[in-house]
Amino acid sequence: MSGFPILSVMLAVPAIAAIACLFLSANGARWLALIATLIDLALGIMLWAQFDVGGAQWQFVESHEHLFGPFGWSLGIDGFALLLIMLSVFLMPICIGASWKAIETRVPEYMAAFLATELLMIGTFAAQDLFLFYIFFEGGLIPMFLIIGIWGGANRIYAAYKFFLYTLLGSLLMLVAMLWMVNEAHTTSIPLLLNHDFPAHAQTWLWLAFFASFAVKMPMWPVHTWLPDAHVQAPTAGSVILAGVLLKLGGYGFLRFSVPMFPEASAQLTWLVFGLSAVAVIYTSLVALVQSDMKKLIAYSSVAHMAIVTIGLFAFNQQGIEGGMMVMLGHGLVSGALFLCVGVIYDRLHTREIARYGGLANNMPRYAVLFMVFTMASVGLPGTSNFVGEFLSLAGVYKVSTTITLLCTTGIILGAAYMLYLYRRVVFGEIKFDDVRAMTDLSPRELALLVPIAAAVLWMGVYPESFLAPMRGDVKILLQRIDRAKPAGDAQPTPPKNPQVKAGEGHA
Amino acid sequence: MVWIVALQATLPELVLSVGAMALMLVAAWGGQGSTRAVSWTAVAVLLGAGIALAGPASYAGVVFDGLYRADAFAAFAKVLIYVAAAISIVIAPRFFARGDGDSLHPEYPVLILLSAAGMGMMVSAGDLLTLYVGLELQSLAAYVLASFMRRDQRSAEAGLKYFVLGALASGILLYGISLVYGFSGTTLFTDIATAYGAGKSLGPTFGLVFVFAGLAFKMSAVPFHMWTPDVYEGSPTPVTTFFASAPKVAAVALATRVAIEAMGPAVTEWRQIVIFASLASIIFGSVAAIGQNNVKRLLAYSSISNVGFLLVGLAAGTQAGVAAVLLYLVIYIAMTLGAFLVVLQMRDANGEQVETIDSLSGLSETQPGLAAAMIIFMFSLAGIPPLLGFFAKLAVFNAAVAAGLYPFAVVGFVGSVIGAFYYLRLIKVMYFDAPAPAFLRSKDSVVEYVVMAVLAIFISPVGWFVLKPLGVATMTAAKALF
Repeated sequence: MSGFPILSVMLAVPAIAAIACLFLSANGARWLALIATLIDLALGIMLWAQFDVGGAQWQFVESHEHLFGPFGWSLGIDGFALLLIMLSVFLMPICIGASWKAIETRVPEYMAAFLATELLMIGTFAAQDLFLFYIFFEGGLIPMFLIIGIWGGANRIYAAYKFFLYTLLGSLLMLVAMLWMVNEAHTTSIPLLLNHDFPAHAQTWLWLAFFASFAVKMPMWPVHTWLPDAHVQAPTAGSVILAGVLLKLGGYGFLRFSVPMFPEASAQLTWLVFGLSAVAVIYTSLVALVQSDMKKLIAYSSVAHMAIVTIGLFAFNQQGIEGGMMVMLGHGLVSGALFLCVGVIYDRLHTREIARYGGLANNMPRYAVLFMVFTMASVGLPGTSNFVGEFLSLAGVYKVSTTITLLCTTGIILGAAYMLYLYRRVVFGEIKFDDVRAMTDLSPRELALLVPIAAAVLWMGVYPESFLAPMRGDVKILLQRIDRAKPAGDAQPTPPKNPQVKAGEGHA
Repeated sequence: MVWIVALQATLPELVLSVGAMALMLVAAWGGQGSTRAVSWTAVAVLLGAGIALAGPASYAGVVFDGLYRADAFAAFAKVLIYVAAAISIVIAPRFFARGDGDSLHPEYPVLILLSAAGMGMMVSAGDLLTLYVGLELQSLAAYVLASFMRRDQRSAEAGLKYFVLGALASGILLYGISLVYGFSGTTLFTDIATAYGAGKSLGPTFGLVFVFAGLAFKMSAVPFHMWTPDVYEGSPTPVTTFFASAPKVAAVALATRVAIEAMGPAVTEWRQIVIFASLASIIFGSVAAIGQNNVKRLLAYSSISNVGFLLVGLAAGTQAGVAAVLLYLVIYIAMTLGAFLVVLQMRDANGEQVETIDSLSGLSETQPGLAAAMIIFMFSLAGIPPLLGFFAKLAVFNAAVAAGLYPFAVVGFVGSVIGAFYYLRLIKVMYFDAPAPAFLRSKDSVVEYVVMAVLAIFISPVGWFVLKPLGVATMTAAKALF
């Protein structure tokens, strides 16, 4: 199998299917999109099965350097990329399923846009050429702009513009930095750039330029404001993919570029990341608490969760980085599932106002159970995916800054508050409205969408080793690289006491 | 024999001039009936000139005692000019076939040929006077073309405006040339370069400023862009297509040659001018486009901001920068021609041309193919990967960053975000808004659709495969200047 270009095939399948979809009828496009995403899922499972844990850092490498002049077709993955690709291919068929009935207009174009998004996301994670990465990273704007703009809610055009222009501005600053790097290092290969030591004075600028892009994508406070708008206006599957995978591009960017390529700058500017993250955790959690729109609430909770990711990634230790990655994966699944849960009831009542629901436990018991699982996972209950990630991440940060850990931990308490408050208002209590009483429980299609995610969430919570193992080697390599810049933490373990002093104490 | 070599080197211009004059006679005797034949013959003449480029015209070097340069750079620009000119001829008949009196005359292709000959001289100029003669030949033909619809007020206004402002610009340019000549005692590019290399003084610098001002007018770079929106809007659409493509190539290539060959030693002086014009064009072009309601005006502002991006590569002043300018030109021509081809299809149920942006509403539902082509061109003009427009911007900014102009690159990129806004507006209108009355579909526009499809595929990721050969070709062409 060594010669089989599995990554290219994973990119080619959605590309071909996307073009074919445009020429099909609505139903044909639905089925083709589903089949194509399932093929990609199967390929993804193959990828994972063949991934040699503990083997070479870069696997499945396909390198055609300078194939296109300024850049080449170079693909390859490490553990981080593998896990994020798995997340993408896992969520994609679910997105298609979620749009099966909800999208009735211009279905072929919709399916094509989703397949294009899948292609661009896998490409972003698999690219080993700096410009190829940028192309995939930035190209994702086009289908997402169309998805929000064409199939979104009432205020979709404003949201689509905001999403596009915010992200574009950040990315272009990053592009200038990339051009500088390529001129300095004379290569566009990411593995080579990872081992290039950029001069310390330039690192700060480069880091800030990359930060501008990834912070917007992530999104970090205060540039997060595009996210609630985009989420609220996007169709359900659009929100799933936005929260599930597109937000992870920011975290992946920090992990792949900012931290390993500019370790000195990262160490020097950790205060910025920590500060913004701490504000984000507390501020957005409080904002989430007062939302009356379900999607907005979950969107703000995403900002808070992503802040836990950033502090973990910048903790400069194994727990922090592994935790950051785990939160990304866990949040991808959980927030995606929560958006699906909102979509389920939105499809029935066509409103996202929390106050319009209530008492769903009475007539939608299966829904209530699944929604409960995801709510608990979002809160970070032990046994679910988010617990593992958040715990590791906060444990990592504790070694660096106790204050920040303290501040961010309050986010978890607040998270419990807003999620449980949401759950209580929607699911518990008496049914107040007749149309709510008439709502039917989950259909087999909806169950088929939510149950796999619930299973994955529990799997990650109960046996996280499956997910930690592929990235362990990469974390080690990363730490070796950045160790020279590691900032000193304030949480010094109590030094071993002088036995004589101890003896003295004993006398007193 | 020296003169035979010289004639061989100028063969493309000879083919064009002789062809144009012969066709002029055919037009005079044949009258209106000969339009079709003259048009296709003109395309054949352009093809012939293109074939002639394969000969000594692309490598003979300096001929006519330095007046004329037949090098790879000129040849590269000429290929683009000829392609754009040929397309402008091909798309004309259906536009004029509306039966309100302003029909297509056989002079149209002849004027385009003459203009192309002038542009060929511009990009091959080795002397300020050759430059001026070429420029005027091109401009005079263009003034007539702008007012080609005699009974249309807007067209007449466009021609007049273009002429008056063009004459003013020529005056400025000539004044600059006279200053340069007065202080350096020569009009030959190589000798001027020696004079600039000898040392700095105020006089020649003044001349340089005026020469660049005149060239900026021809490129429609801010602050000499005022004519562009009016002329683009008023001219018949095929003529606008022509203006937005071929003369742009010629003017930018000419400016590049003057900057590098004649004024290379004064790079620090002209770089300031170029950077200012570049940023002003990018930002002004983008901001002014936001309020437009006419597609042609919008594309006029788009062309202004694109000239700004082209100048980014020139500002670098390096071989890589010049290569980037040429690459940008290729991709820009493809995008612009494509966008105008879409505009050409915009006609209401009576076959009348419509130009408002609102009339594009919901095009994705009424004519999905056309909308798909337009969205590709628009995202590409906005510089969003994976479309080719991104690589054009990447190349010019890469050159600027390599030359150390970081703040310039950052501001330029910010300008391109503003630009993205109005391109997105067109996309929004086509894809998000409720459909307006559908455009008239006609069966006799197969050629236009084929050209459009080819351009769209070239701009799409399929075009990635062309990037490498294009990179090699542009580097070779740029090398001719250094």
